[in-house]
Amino acid sequence: MTDTPPPGARNATPPAGAARPSGQEGGAPGSEQKLWIERIPAGWWALAIVLLFMPAVANNFWLFQVFGWTFILGMIALSLMFLAGYGGMVSLIQMSVAAMGGYMVAILGPSGVETISLGLPWWLNIPLAILIAAVFATLVGALAVRTEGIYTIMITLAIASAFFYFTRQNYGIFNGYTGFNLVVPPMLFGVDWRQPVAFYYLSLGLAVLCYAAVVYVSRTPFGLALQGVRDNPRRMAALGFNVTAHRIAAYTFAGAIAAIGGILLVWQNSQIAPGTAGLPAVFDILVIAVVGGLRRPSGAFIGALIYVLLRTFSPDVLTAFELSNERFKLLIGLGFLVVVFFSPDGMLGLYDRWKANRGRRDPLTGKERE
Amino acid sequence: MRKWLVASVSAAALVLPGAALAQDSIKIGVLVALEGAFAAGGSDAVRNIELAISEAGGMAGGKAIETVIAPTDTTPDTTIRQARKLVEQDGVDFVVGPLSGSEGIAIRDFAKTVPDKVFINGISGALEMTWVDPAPNVYRFNLDGAQWGQGLGSYVVNEKGWTKVASIAADYSFGYTNFLGFAVDFCRAGGEIVERFWVPLGSSDFGGVIAQMPDDVDAIYLGMGGTDAINFLNQYDQAGADTNLIGGTIMADATVLTSRGRAKEALVGTPTSGAFAPDNPDPAWQEYLAKYRAFEGDEAKVPSLFGVGYHVAMLAAIQALNEVEGDLSNGQEKFKAALAGLELASPLGTITLNENRQATGSVFVTEVVEGSDGNLEAVFKARQDGVTQTLGLTADEFRAMGLPSRDTPDCDALRGG
Repeated sequence: MTDTPPPGARNATPPAGAARPSGQEGGAPGSEQKLWIERIPAGWWALAIVLLFMPAVANNFWLFQVFGWTFILGMIALSLMFLAGYGGMVSLIQMSVAAMGGYMVAILGPSGVETISLGLPWWLNIPLAILIAAVFATLVGALAVRTEGIYTIMITLAIASAFFYFTRQNYGIFNGYTGFNLVVPPMLFGVDWRQPVAFYYLSLGLAVLCYAAVVYVSRTPFGLALQGVRDNPRRMAALGFNVTAHRIAAYTFAGAIAAIGGILLVWQNSQIAPGTAGLPAVFDILVIAVVGGLRRPSGAFIGALIYVLLRTFSPDVLTAFELSNERFKLLIGLGFLVVVFFSPDGMLGLYDRWKANRGRRDPLTGKERE
Repeated sequence: MRKWLVASVSAAALVLPGAALAQDSIKIGVLVALEGAFAAGGSDAVRNIELAISEAGGMAGGKAIETVIAPTDTTPDTTIRQARKLVEQDGVDFVVGPLSGSEGIAIRDFAKTVPDKVFINGISGALEMTWVDPAPNVYRFNLDGAQWGQGLGSYVVNEKGWTKVASIAADYSFGYTNFLGFAVDFCRAGGEIVERFWVPLGSSDFGGVIAQMPDDVDAIYLGMGGTDAINFLNQYDQAGADTNLIGGTIMADATVLTSRGRAKEALVGTPTSGAFAPDNPDPAWQEYLAKYRAFEGDEAKVPSLFGVGYHVAMLAAIQALNEVEGDLSNGQEKFKAALAGLELASPLGTITLNENRQATGSVFVTEVVEGSDGNLEAVFKARQDGVTQTLGLTADEFRAMGLPSRDTPDCDALRGG
């Protein structure tokens, strides 16, 4: 996989203003250096306003379930996007890392299973949970980076399924089949963070933070080196970069993001059980990332929104057409097939092509076509 | 133009309140597993719900019944999401479901956050759902996994004369719970459990366990289901062992009975117990069976455990709605009281609820025999009526015994007491 970056990742022509994976942005030739705030395109401002004022129009179900879940899955898919898009490593361990974070919050903090949970205060258990999940991701990464392409997928899949079976069989720490219930966010600043509006802003805020972190890291020397490693590991090694260390560090960083998503996921469901990181959930993250598009961080969230909408409403769509809604999975599968069929690089690819068509600019010269 | 249309439709979808209740109909959410290992049982459950509604003429308490099916995959995560969708987005009046044990525990916790909505369990058999910190708005008209084991223990001691058994069962909550029901009954009848083996769900190699099996036992309790049971039986047969077997509730199901090969030969003569017996002579059951077969258009079809459970739950809902004439006002207070006081004449006999809103009802002991066509069948042997949540112990005794686990119950203590 390291020799073949995700479709179009190298030769892409990102639309102006959107975050680029390559981080080579130096401003178009001839344009003046603007303030960072002026460089944010209008679309982003509009999106920010829509998201901020969503609670004024949407009901609790949409806030908590649809958007809350979208942001959470988006964060976990974002961690995969970081590894796959910038590092060229398709990892199936991200859901397990998220679940590890969630489990650690349940085990270290308070939960309904008082015989196991330690009940540590939030300022201790949350950082510890993220740390442990990141260490777990690092260990998996250390194993996985020795392989490439399909073998990376296989080894992370093997560890993910081992994690699932281990949590299901281990009663001493993970409470086996039953898992942990009544895991709720701490009452901080007098706010019950599980109320729909509060949880919406909490998950939105953390999603934005994670997004910003990924965009920032992709432009740091580390991020640029990681992309170099993706495109040509041998040349990077010759230049004196430690290829293995860069890849492992990418796993650590992605692991921390996945862990934040996992902790929110546990808070949202107020419980965690082995099924949270079962193999279907593991594959769902890959599907989300691919459907959204691996080229830019925003793809993860677009994919998550599509997944959540299909997952939530496909039985209703079938019922509306008076079909048996037992077959709702068919509709979900068809939806994803359609996206991947018409745009192998996900929704982002569709958007980019639409934009390119609209502007009719020559991708080489940037000038209007005749 | 089209973009505006899409935008305004999506805006409308966002703004529309979920709880737009029509006054002349009752909206029932059905939480049922339609993917995963129990999908077949789940669709049987949906058919049984439809059967119960069509029997009632589509009406309950003078209002038309409307159902919203929410499919789950038996993971608690999905179940909670779907339950929330039913309550918040679809605006159902109450929920029937879920299907599996861990889902039941998740719904118990979720139900506490929406105290104004009633939850009637589908067929979740987790003891904890109505025993540990039960939710005041969760009602269960089926017996739990421990109750399903009751009656089998005394049957094997008194009828078969087997007093010394070893057990091998699946290492998860239903395995523990179902075994506890058997063991409490068995030990109190004077039986002795020599050794307990717990094997992971989905095991395929039982060689180690079979080698460790003690020889001087009267029977082996087998608390596994599906392919696990088939694998075990095949290997057990190959090892040349021929001790009597006692089956847990999910062991003698269709998967095992209709399997090919030598596995099932070992099963002939094995007593098991559970929520129903297909050839139960009770007229109420026979009437239900006839209706079910006519509804399905299949003269030989036997309903699944899941189907029967959802059917009984729906019957309870309809009967209670009729009693209160569809009055769901004031936090569904009247409906709740009607459910709690219900004396339900079901195909499985009379069912009442205790103070934890858990059913007291009948358990059926069956035995596996070779049928006329060479297939195995479970035939009705005995029934035990009035099986309580605490298995005939007092609540304090039951609590003192501890929750089901690898080492609970303590057989010696029960035999002595």
